[in-house]
Amino acid sequence: MGDKRKPSNAVWILGIIFLFLIFIPPFAPRFFTYILGLIFVTSLVAMSLNLVVGFGGMFQFHHGVFYGVSAYATALVLTKTSLATWIGFMAGPIVATLTGLIIGWFCVRLTRLYFGMLQISLGSLLWAIVFRWYSFTGGDDGIHGIRMPSLLMSLNNSYYFILAIFILSLLLMYKILKSPFGNTLQAIRDNPQRCEAVGINVRRYQLLGILIATFFAGVAGVLFVILERSVFADLLFWVLSLEILIMCLLGGWFTFFGPILGTAIIISLRTFVGKYTEYWTLILGIILILVIFFLPEGVMGYVQEVLKPKMKEVKQEEKGIDASSGIGF
Amino acid sequence: MLRVESVFKSFDEFMAVNGANLQVEKGEIVAVIGPNGAGKTTLFNLITGLLKPDRGRIIFKEEDITPLPPYEICRKGITRSFQIVNIFPRLTVFGNVQVAVLSHQRRSSNLFRSAERIAVKETREILETVGLLDKENLVAGSLSHGDQKILEIAIALGNEPELLILDEPTAGMSPEETQKTMELIKRLAKMRELTILFCEHDMEIVFSIAQRIMVMRHGRTIIQGTPEEVRSHPEVQEAYLGEEYARG
Ligand SMILES: Nc1ncnc2c1ncn2[C@@H]1O[C@H](COP(=O)(O)OP(=O)(O)O)[C@@H](O)[C@H]1O
Ligand SMILES: [Mg+2]
Repeated sequence: MGDKRKPSNAVWILGIIFLFLIFIPPFAPRFFTYILGLIFVTSLVAMSLNLVVGFGGMFQFHHGVFYGVSAYATALVLTKTSLATWIGFMAGPIVATLTGLIIGWFCVRLTRLYFGMLQISLGSLLWAIVFRWYSFTGGDDGIHGIRMPSLLMSLNNSYYFILAIFILSLLLMYKILKSPFGNTLQAIRDNPQRCEAVGINVRRYQLLGILIATFFAGVAGVLFVILERSVFADLLFWVLSLEILIMCLLGGWFTFFGPILGTAIIISLRTFVGKYTEYWTLILGIILILVIFFLPEGVMGYVQEVLKPKMKEVKQEEKGIDASSGIGF
Repeated sequence: MLRVESVFKSFDEFMAVNGANLQVEKGEIVAVIGPNGAGKTTLFNLITGLLKPDRGRIIFKEEDITPLPPYEICRKGITRSFQIVNIFPRLTVFGNVQVAVLSHQRRSSNLFRSAERIAVKETREILETVGLLDKENLVAGSLSHGDQKILEIAIALGNEPELLILDEPTAGMSPEETQKTMELIKRLAKMRELTILFCEHDMEIVFSIAQRIMVMRHGRTIIQGTPEEVRSHPEVQEAYLGEEYARG
């Protein structure tokens, strides 16, 4: 069977990438390690968004808010209280998930486009609060110099911590997508009406999907604080949410690993192009348009499409189109 | 078991269902007939909660299910297939039926077990019954139209309904496929002690397997009765059946 062979190939590739990521920090320049860390953190946000956008078919247009809210919650606990660090780290995902519960509760009651519009409004409201409430959040100055335990003081140690949590999160998300809930979420994406007809309370499952996605966005928010030691209101601004959405679309929103690829591309571009021009948002918009026209399934989706004929040869004997796996790589 | 009591439904001024009455007893096979546009699909949408009636009540097992959302009506024991294929085209054939089985077993929200190993036996059993087991790994969207219509029925069986509603189960099928599907429906009624409510425009099929028939015209119930009663009803003869069926 062809599909038994495919995962083992993937496992090899992932293993090699993993080893590379472990051995890189001592040899690479600081800046490179930092950018890699930022790619992990942002990829986690993008992948958590893809749970609801790519696999859930929901118009989660302002996902950055949950990431930002978590980063602020962590930062505030660590700077304004004398509570233990781990409580600060827990606060992030908890606050993000609660925010997801409140915003999501309203959103799932609306049809697709209104869902997206309401989320943009509510998210922008949160951004405005963070931006204006100077005495509490530091307004547009943000919060800087957040203390970290000695174990997370060096960049390399932070990098390893972020890598570990990132991989753990990926494993969890992969497992969730392969679970009955994951199947149901994808069934709802493909045909919500039929799901209702087989006894599925669609709104409830969509809300659960949002809770899971906002939880992982919250985890990413904590990782961001660990990497940056500071937070700023831009984390909740709509531009970041748009960027994250583009990362999913660009990488391939029907694939599991696509968002990582999209994130790596966007962050590299922003780091190097951003140096030469201030019209980054404009470039981003152009990228989005190009992707929609030429790669509607994203880069990863395109690669899969190109690889497909080879896989078909392996399965020549089998009739029809075989679905080797519900989740592509 | 099911009672539809003078139900009305209009789409901006147009009365799609205009006083429909229907009664289905446990274990029966009941057919709804009527020309295209008579309101059969709309009636089924009303029973299964996809649409809400303007007036009238729908009673299932002595309970008023009129206000319930579709997923709750399904959980009460009514499932349906659709006239226009309404499956999960990106999932496998197996996956399509499994979604319904998982929902029936209240396991759809299980997050940490692998779906590959849950509800496999029950899902395969259904696929075996309808004859799609050899195609379980194919993407549903790649099946022939006839097989997709069968998959429609298989999905509806996933919830182990007491009342199975089939909206033109043989629409667009070849004569052999139609024959097979009818055999399947009879077999299901026997094996699973199902109550079946279906609609069809092929008269031969209807008279060969329905125990009782309801005739609809312009959204209104003309008559509900045994095939003989229906055949001899003057308005039915004149409006719908034509000479040959009137003679039997
Ligand atoms: N959603 C809708 N909006 C407007 N008109 C509709 C809608 N659904 C059905 N109709 C109309 O109601 C009438 C009955 O349709 P339908 O129930 O599909 O008939 P049947 O299934 O008996 O062929 C048709 O004239 C159809 O055009
Ligand atoms: Mg119809």
